[in-house]
Amino acid sequence: MGNEKQTFIKNPTFKWVGTRPVRPDGMDKVTGRAAFGADYQLPGMLVGEVVRSPHAHARIKSIDVSAARALAGVHAVVTAEDFPDLPSEIAAGGEAPINFRDVSHNVIARHKALYEGHAVAAVAATTAAIAAHAVALIKVNYEVLPHVIDVREAMRDNAPLLHDDLFTTGIDPQPTTPSNIAGRTQFVLGDIAQGFAEADIIVEREYTTQPVHQGYIEPHACAAAMGADGMATIWTSSQGHFMVREFCAKLLKVEIGQIRVIPAEIGGGFGGKTTVYLEPLAMALARQSGRPVKMVMTRSEVFRASGPTSGTHVWVKLGAKRNGTLTAGEMILKYQAGAYPGSPAMLGGMTGFAPYDLKHAKAVCYDVVSNRPKCAAYRAPGAPMAAFGVESALDEIAQQLGLDPLELRAMNAAKAGTRALYGPKFLEIGYAETLAAAKAHPHYSAPLGPNQGRGIASGFWFNIGGQSSAAVHVNEDGTAEVVTGNPDIGGSRASMAMMAAEVLGIDLAKVKPIIGDTAQIAYSFLTGGSRVTFATGMAVVEAAQDTVRQLRERAAKLWKVEFAEVEWRDGMAYCTRTTEEPRAPLSMAAIAHSCAKTGGPISGTASINASGAGPGFGTHLCDVEVDPETGAVKILRYTAIQDVGRAIHPSYVEGQLQGGAVQGIGWALNEEYIYDQQGRLLNPGFLDYRMPVASDLPMIDTVLVEVPNPGHPFGVRGVGEVPIVPPLAAVANAVSRAIGIRMTDLPLSPPRILATIDRAKRST
Amino acid sequence: MSKHHVSATINGEAVEYLCETQQTLLDVLRDELGLTGSKEGCGSGDCGACSVMLNGRLVCSCLVLGVEAAGAEVATIEGVAQGNSLHPLQQQFLEDAALQCGICTPGFIVAAKALLERNSNPTETEIRYWLAGNLCRCTGYDKIIRAVMGAATNMRQEARHG
Amino acid sequence: MATVVLQGELARRYAGGQTTVTIEAADYRALIDALERRFPGLAAAVSVRTAVAIDGVIFQEPLLEPITQHSEVHFLPLIGGG
Repeated sequence: MGNEKQTFIKNPTFKWVGTRPVRPDGMDKVTGRAAFGADYQLPGMLVGEVVRSPHAHARIKSIDVSAARALAGVHAVVTAEDFPDLPSEIAAGGEAPINFRDVSHNVIARHKALYEGHAVAAVAATTAAIAAHAVALIKVNYEVLPHVIDVREAMRDNAPLLHDDLFTTGIDPQPTTPSNIAGRTQFVLGDIAQGFAEADIIVEREYTTQPVHQGYIEPHACAAAMGADGMATIWTSSQGHFMVREFCAKLLKVEIGQIRVIPAEIGGGFGGKTTVYLEPLAMALARQSGRPVKMVMTRSEVFRASGPTSGTHVWVKLGAKRNGTLTAGEMILKYQAGAYPGSPAMLGGMTGFAPYDLKHAKAVCYDVVSNRPKCAAYRAPGAPMAAFGVESALDEIAQQLGLDPLELRAMNAAKAGTRALYGPKFLEIGYAETLAAAKAHPHYSAPLGPNQGRGIASGFWFNIGGQSSAAVHVNEDGTAEVVTGNPDIGGSRASMAMMAAEVLGIDLAKVKPIIGDTAQIAYSFLTGGSRVTFATGMAVVEAAQDTVRQLRERAAKLWKVEFAEVEWRDGMAYCTRTTEEPRAPLSMAAIAHSCAKTGGPISGTASINASGAGPGFGTHLCDVEVDPETGAVKILRYTAIQDVGRAIHPSYVEGQLQGGAVQGIGWALNEEYIYDQQGRLLNPGFLDYRMPVASDLPMIDTVLVEVPNPGHPFGVRGVGEVPIVPPLAAVANAVSRAIGIRMTDLPLSPPRILATIDRAKRST
Repeated sequence: MSKHHVSATINGEAVEYLCETQQTLLDVLRDELGLTGSKEGCGSGDCGACSVMLNGRLVCSCLVLGVEAAGAEVATIEGVAQGNSLHPLQQQFLEDAALQCGICTPGFIVAAKALLERNSNPTETEIRYWLAGNLCRCTGYDKIIRAVMGAATNMRQEARHG
Repeated sequence: MATVVLQGELARRYAGGQTTVTIEAADYRALIDALERRFPGLAAAVSVRTAVAIDGVIFQEPLLEPITQHSEVHFLPLIGGG
């Protein structure tokens, strides 16, 4: 209901919105003072360590913790026995349906370990060395079971079964024998048989992507302490401290009010910190030991036990008329969920065709469990893999028809009124504008040299709203605090302060943005889905408007006039009554200073459930050069263009585009999980899991297209998800054009490209 | 096992600490001395978040033992600003929005400072290769590289006029 | 009369394969009550795993949202993000 009373602020002459001030938390971050998850130290604090399964799939027959418990300096040991055995039930989550039994089993394995690195026990000791010793003393008796990693292998009838109570949903009648296929979801629009019959050419291909990790530089870290009164306090780096509180309460069966979560600064998340791993363990260890417990993952643990995204197999069929008009599209998407159901396959099915006006389309999406860590959200979850297939197929259609790939997209572009495969029609969207901006960009007409290629690809993401709270406290001297409940993952404090200053009409320096802990501000859904500047920003705008209303009321009281006779402009109250002698304007400071006389402190609040998040579209241009001798790909030039609605702080919006593009480039070129025959991860470190470094890249040019979202007072659209959607195909299209061979399997690492080139040479 | 008594100079101040044999310099800085500005992103020298200067040389403090710093001069992110006066690199990182989450920022600033001390006018390519040992997952490096180039320009101008 | 579109399993399992239904309702609560009367079990089926698009705007919690004569209502999977 949040946006019902909202009116779109049309004023194009903003004082703060659209400017590039220094972020309010910047000083602490460039000087090393900012406290991240691992930076908390409490008196008497113990070090927590996790015992992890060395097997990809194993029955846990017994766990003997006696030797560890007996070790001097060990103060607590927990296993699944120390956690309530939760029933399997789907609870309404904020982002996705959540089965807390699965979350619990993922945090600490019960009966079975389902992937290498799966937590089976945890210890707390006085030093890291003692904790490590205790971990080694815990004897777990495993019965090793056959395992399966690959999504298509996991779907086979004779595949090793992860869960004997998993029956595929979405098939009528529901199967009575269990399988690794958790669910099948289908979206249908029109009649694809008719659509393909109308086509002059059809491109049909299979595409694969490897599992990749979000790769945040800060490993998961937290500290937990238990008061004598049973109150727990958790300091943690997460994308949502209210989420941590709720999940810990569920997993440990305590009341939500018994837990207070203090948000640390968060060192990157990209979706990977939207669930819990360590916090419930730390809380259980703190409860057992009576002492504060700190837990920090190693990088290897982050790779092996926190949620990456799915490896996928996507089949795409696209039909077009000779003039380039698309007639039909069909997709079959198979996504690894990891150890428990919940891959983003259906989001892939919903997003892949979304940029295009297709009258006939179909997507069938399979959510498949396998012996890998449970996947977690990763920036536009599920969309990049689907877009890789669709945008690659489009590129082939453009090549076969001899059409400009931007033209082909433009003539089929979704616009206001276009019906998406998943049902509704789009409202105001700016996809066509991104294509026009791409066409006009000098990058698009720059010449290419030998062994070079240019790739074009587009992408879509829904963006979300959700529940957010904000409070604006006016201080006695006219300064103000803006309190919100969302961890600042990429500069959101700046945009919160700017929106508040804009509405209050005061200097930005007078507004201090604060991230409140779970006891200091009302519930706010997590920082994810590109929702904070949109939804929490909307709450900030409403709280600031509430504050302005109070300031006007107080001025009216001081002047003994009617509320309607007080105007608020540029941070001052002006009296519009002309029948008496003029009253000098009152500043916010003057009104605040006398607030005790007029009714007490001035504080505006808003708690909303925001809807009306405007979908985002982006188009990327990528130039590469392929070394035919080594197969190495060099990114020569990259331009990311996106409809951002309205950029509150353009620098941080550009940063989202640049960062998302580079994550996508890494996904396309080098990143992948590599497993051995036993299902153990061979590359759980940054040396062998090769994320892009500065010397791999050129500058990433950006174009911010602004088609304001009518659902937000300043026109904001979420911007963080979209930029990771186009790059997989943009890079692959560029490489395919450079070498003259269509590349359909990621990553496009040097050995793969070299083998492809060699194969082509041999066959000619 | 008894701890080692180590004397070193950290950010210009004489410091003494006790550490265990296996503790890294990063562990000592963070856990024994409360200097948590240096971050642990990997513990294997691949991410550069723990970058410090050891006797004038840029190192990953997660690959140095605490005892190895005996008698050494160590400079960390905490010593880069002079009181409340930021180093030109820190100032430029802020003005160019060269950080998003900020976890890699201390390492980048320490490493970039080391570069500018030996090369006051690096090319973009030189900066990219010098900083190739510092991982950032948020920014795509664009604004970081620009901030280092901007700071270098500012520092050269300051040196000419100063 | 608002138009309600039922895809896939919803249509098959609860509405005898019917994919388009017209309902007279002033808000979502009245609409879902009317749907439940016509297709028992449907209300529960869309209460947990589903977001609702009303005239192109996606709601996670649509209970009190107004519905007009010309509204078009779709049930979607919940949408999150990273």
